[in-house]
Amino acid sequence: MITTPPPPEVSGHSPFAVRVKLSDRLGERGLKVLTGLAALVTAALIVWIAYTVFDRASPAIGKFGLAFIGHKVWNPVVGHFGAASFLYGTAVSSALALLVATPLAVAISIYLTELAPNFLRIPMGILVELLAAIPSVILGLWGILVFGPILGNHIEPFLKSFLGWLPLFSGSPSSYGMLNAALILTIMILPIITSVTREVLQRTPTASKEAALALGATRWEMIRMVVLPTARPGIVGAVLLGFGRGIGEAVAVSMVIGNQPQIKASFFQPMATMAGQIADEFSSANPGTWQSSLIYLAAILLIFSALANIAARLVVRHTTVK
Amino acid sequence: MSTTTPGNPLILRPVRGARRRRIVSRSFDVVFTLATLLAVAVLLWVIVSVVIKGASALNWRLLTSDPKISPFGQNTGGIANAIVGSAILIAIASAIAIPIGILVALFMTEFASAKVSAVERFLLDILAGVPEIVVGVFIFGVLVVGSHQSGWAGAIALSILEIPTVARSAQEVLVLVPDALREAGLALGLRRWRIVLRIVLPTALGGLLTGAVLGVARVTGETASLLLTTSVFSNNGLTVNPSQPLPNIPVEILTLSESPKPSDHAQAWAASLVLIAFVLLLSVIARAIHERSRAKLRG
Repeated sequence: MITTPPPPEVSGHSPFAVRVKLSDRLGERGLKVLTGLAALVTAALIVWIAYTVFDRASPAIGKFGLAFIGHKVWNPVVGHFGAASFLYGTAVSSALALLVATPLAVAISIYLTELAPNFLRIPMGILVELLAAIPSVILGLWGILVFGPILGNHIEPFLKSFLGWLPLFSGSPSSYGMLNAALILTIMILPIITSVTREVLQRTPTASKEAALALGATRWEMIRMVVLPTARPGIVGAVLLGFGRGIGEAVAVSMVIGNQPQIKASFFQPMATMAGQIADEFSSANPGTWQSSLIYLAAILLIFSALANIAARLVVRHTTVK
Repeated sequence: MSTTTPGNPLILRPVRGARRRRIVSRSFDVVFTLATLLAVAVLLWVIVSVVIKGASALNWRLLTSDPKISPFGQNTGGIANAIVGSAILIAIASAIAIPIGILVALFMTEFASAKVSAVERFLLDILAGVPEIVVGVFIFGVLVVGSHQSGWAGAIALSILEIPTVARSAQEVLVLVPDALREAGLALGLRRWRIVLRIVLPTALGGLLTGAVLGVARVTGETASLLLTTSVFSNNGLTVNPSQPLPNIPVEILTLSESPKPSDHAQAWAASLVLIAFVLLLSVIARAIHERSRAKLRG
């Protein structure tokens, strides 16, 4: 019979185990916890922001309900509040800005990825990106004092003389109004749409492009048949991102749009946007229905910008996975 | 289909319409180039406006003295208090946002699984997409209601806007740190946290710096959230205590722009020049560090 020898006396630990220093044990755990906490903070912030905004808006939400969205009147004196004119202002100013910025951004991206000579590619790219670095308050100042007068005295009369039969370009030209706000917004979202579009365009496989050229396509045909179709979902994502940025811009817009809560067909008229109205009126709004109505606007804004951002990410991710 | 003469199949002739197609292609080249020139022209137009109008109003007195309001309501002093206030706000915001941003990035690249990391990235994108004015409303609801406006409130609002910028650019550069370096550390028996502190962070230093500078640039011109958190001042003088509302350049420009007086507009331009010079300088610095560190990491 074989008797198994008793197991050797283990003194503490096996000879192969490395003793873990206390600092290592603490450090390892500490860094992990610290980074995890930081990550949690970002998640918690999103929830907290949404909760606070809706909570502060709740008096107005309770009082007006969803009818708030359909009401046009905004009159703090008698306590009537409705978001319709701001929704209109936000939608029209952002749509106009996208209408101008998107073709420009795609054209610039094509220039930067396909056309620009090598020595110009980086500097031109930097210059376009620098547009995004101009603080919005400075763009607003420029919009009031430099661009506004030119717009009101030259560009709008010019548009009116050609397109005045359209209600969109009727009425008297003015340096403050929808058109000014939309064009300032265009400047702000152009670099965003451009940088995403450019990244997407750069991902077009060189082999496909060369194949098109080898088949005799001109550069434009190659761009139209190979580059743009591949990039289309990415461009949609870029536009959504630009939209999210555009509807949220408060200061520059409120400086040039004139802040009149009204729905007018003419782009020359002063109007107001949700974000702009908050910036313009918040400091004078008394706590109570007025203030919570403004915060209701912020809540609507938060929903739309979150949706735009989520949609943009989903579209862009969809393309990168492919 | 090209119409080659039968019997002479080797003569190459341009495809029909080739000339037209070439002209179309060239015209689009022109359109794309003009679009780019337009964007650059607008950038230069804005910058040149600020420089020309700002430079004529800019002087030493403006930068170094606090506002002095004359009996006619004219500021014969300067904007030193706003410059100091902005510096304090940005310093506090960055002291909060840069460490948190880098920690978030470390979590994503060093500790989290690919799935969790993607979720975190998504959350950062959502946070970055929250409009500035909504962040202002949030901080107003949390810190200003029941208390009063303060430098702290403004700085914390700025830090919320700064975190995603810092975290995303830090994450982008940490991903570039070669795994071979981490594995070398592991092979030497180093613990994960030591690898992070001694190998990963130093390697990525340049990129992290870029992110930090970009973060500062991101909030330097930020106005909307400050409007709701630190924009009403009890006096015109210098304030350095962040528990009081801190005057700052963006809000100052906004206030001056709403005045009908040309002298106020001149000061707004001068303040804009200070602000834009600082922001553009930061952008250029970030770009320079970025290029250099990328080149180093890519070998």
